[in-house]
Amino acid sequence: MPALLEVKNLQVRVEDREILHGLTMTVNAGEVHAIMGPNGSGKSTLSHVIAGKPGYEVTGGEILFKGEDLLEMEPDERAAKGVFLAFQYPVEIPGVATMTFLRTALNAQRKARGEEEFSTPDFLKKVREVAASLNIPQDMLRRGVNVGFSGGEKKRNEVLQMALFQPSLCILDEMDSGLDIDALRIASEGVNALRSSDRAMVVITHYQRLLNYIVPDHVHVMSKGRVVKTGGKELALELEASGYTQYEDAAA
Amino acid sequence: MNVAVAKTTTGATLDGTFAAARGRLPGSGPVTQTRQRAYDTFSVSGLPNRRVEEWKYTDLRKLLGDVAPLAAAPDQAALDEARKAVAALKDGDTQKLVLVDGVLAADLSDLSAGNGVTVHALSAVLADDASAARADLLLSKVHDPMLALNAAFATDGVIISVADGTDREKPLQIVHVTTKPKAASFTRSLIRIGNNAKVTLVETFVATEAAKAYQVHDTTVIWVGDHSDLQHVRVMEDALDAASIASAIVTVGAKSKFNTFSLTTGGSVSRYQSFITLAGEGTELSTNSIHLLRGQQHGDCTFVIDHATPGCLSRENFRAVLDDRAHSVFQGKINVHQIAQQTDGKMMSRALLLSDDAEIDNKPELEIFADDVQCGHGATVGALDDSLLFYLRARGLPEKEAQALLIQAFVGEALESIVNDDLRDVAIGAAERWLGTRA
Repeated sequence: MPALLEVKNLQVRVEDREILHGLTMTVNAGEVHAIMGPNGSGKSTLSHVIAGKPGYEVTGGEILFKGEDLLEMEPDERAAKGVFLAFQYPVEIPGVATMTFLRTALNAQRKARGEEEFSTPDFLKKVREVAASLNIPQDMLRRGVNVGFSGGEKKRNEVLQMALFQPSLCILDEMDSGLDIDALRIASEGVNALRSSDRAMVVITHYQRLLNYIVPDHVHVMSKGRVVKTGGKELALELEASGYTQYEDAAA
Repeated sequence: MNVAVAKTTTGATLDGTFAAARGRLPGSGPVTQTRQRAYDTFSVSGLPNRRVEEWKYTDLRKLLGDVAPLAAAPDQAALDEARKAVAALKDGDTQKLVLVDGVLAADLSDLSAGNGVTVHALSAVLADDASAARADLLLSKVHDPMLALNAAFATDGVIISVADGTDREKPLQIVHVTTKPKAASFTRSLIRIGNNAKVTLVETFVATEAAKAYQVHDTTVIWVGDHSDLQHVRVMEDALDAASIASAIVTVGAKSKFNTFSLTTGGSVSRYQSFITLAGEGTELSTNSIHLLRGQQHGDCTFVIDHATPGCLSRENFRAVLDDRAHSVFQGKINVHQIAQQTDGKMMSRALLLSDDAEIDNKPELEIFADDVQCGHGATVGALDDSLLFYLRARGLPEKEAQALLIQAFVGEALESIVNDDLRDVAIGAAERWLGTRA
């Protein structure tokens, strides 16, 4: 069985600038990987390229998802196959009720997989259950997607979607940004509840703090578009103490 | 100006059309004279062109070219086709008044009186020599060449009277069905709503398969009394090669509410011009208009709003979604009369361009003669937001579905302004039909 996610020697450009210079990493089902690194090291670029955001040019290497060439797929195909990116800054979509959005998205994914669409009552029941477990009030679901949501509510809405769509790969892009401790705890508990042997998570963060809540199996340090060091969860603590400077030198 | 000088080949053809139509136009004596005067008024200018300020962006000489000959009165086959078209509307429980090719079809209509409402055929009243005011039905206080043309040719329509104190849940619906190709219908309806009355009026424009390249010329004149509430919904889904030139002339009394919605998806050339006078103090007007256009469609939404008394509020909201080479025009004019202190008027136009070749022209005009007034206008033009599209696609929505959801959201606020649930669903259904046929 192939690895869930294999990134091989990935090179990525944005306009004239190369951001990733040959990045390699393998993520197996059941694992939680943390990617740490300073600003501009290419962490978010990696997450965007995996999710299929336009504007990035892959000039070399490949990304395999369950053995399939991910780069050949449209973003919605990737989602239907089980790739989920929790956005650092979830967008606000006025005029689209959260409930409508969730149902449309879930049914689009199910349709793409040749599964039957959820009936409305089944769907509502499922959403209510998941929302309750994340402390998301019902009136939030009636509002426009993320419109008027606080930073914490937006992130919880991302976790809600994750729980609803049940993806096999979750990429959390700086989930901790803009969250206070309580919000961080609630969102992390939601994420931890989704840990399972057939699902993998890639947690992108600047700070070790998040990894106290979502404890990783592997930690990768990125600098200047490459993974410069890989280790266990203790590597995160080490970084917290010594900073990223040594790795910036190593990558140079 | 010498009438003969202004005559173009089009004018000469139209003279023939008018002469030929005369025999069929209801009314005699003063009605005939009023028609002739209206026709002469129109003839002086002919079809408005870009040099006429009010029609600058909708040059009918270029876009329409000619006034089509008057559509023949519907025969049984046309009525049968129209019946099917009406049955397909699915617009809930309404009292339907059906005009087929410009003629009120009694068999397809519910002309019964009751619950404070009476309905008559315009043609019958025009032809009633005992009715002293019959010729006035063709007059209007607004000077506009297309209104004059409509008065000259008006064949039929409905006259609705809503008594004081009427509170009516069942909407009144005027359905225009065109069955004939390459012909013009001229309709004129008059609705008088008393005081303390509450009523919903729907206008629907559709056509059968056989109707191609036809013209619809319609005028609706409405008076709303004091302390009344008129909810108005207009859905225009005419054929994509049809022309539709329609006017509404509305006068609203004191402490009343007039909430009007219009959706335009049909017509190669269309203009819906509303002249609304807030004639009584403390009245609230809200207008929500949507254009969903593609191909080479040209749509024009024009409002002239007169704040003629103090303390009235007006809100105009226009939304256009334009694909391909579609062209939309929004003209909003607010006249604040000298006595109309404490006027609060705002208009907003937002356009979503789905293609590089689509075009919107906005023309806001404020003429303010009072000094204690809040009046404003705004306009935005934009494309679909890439970051929103990516978010939706990353959640599994294919590109077209993601775009459709954002387009629905863009027009959603205007659709939500429709108070009646059934009618809101009708308008949403029409918008979804448009989205569903996007290439």
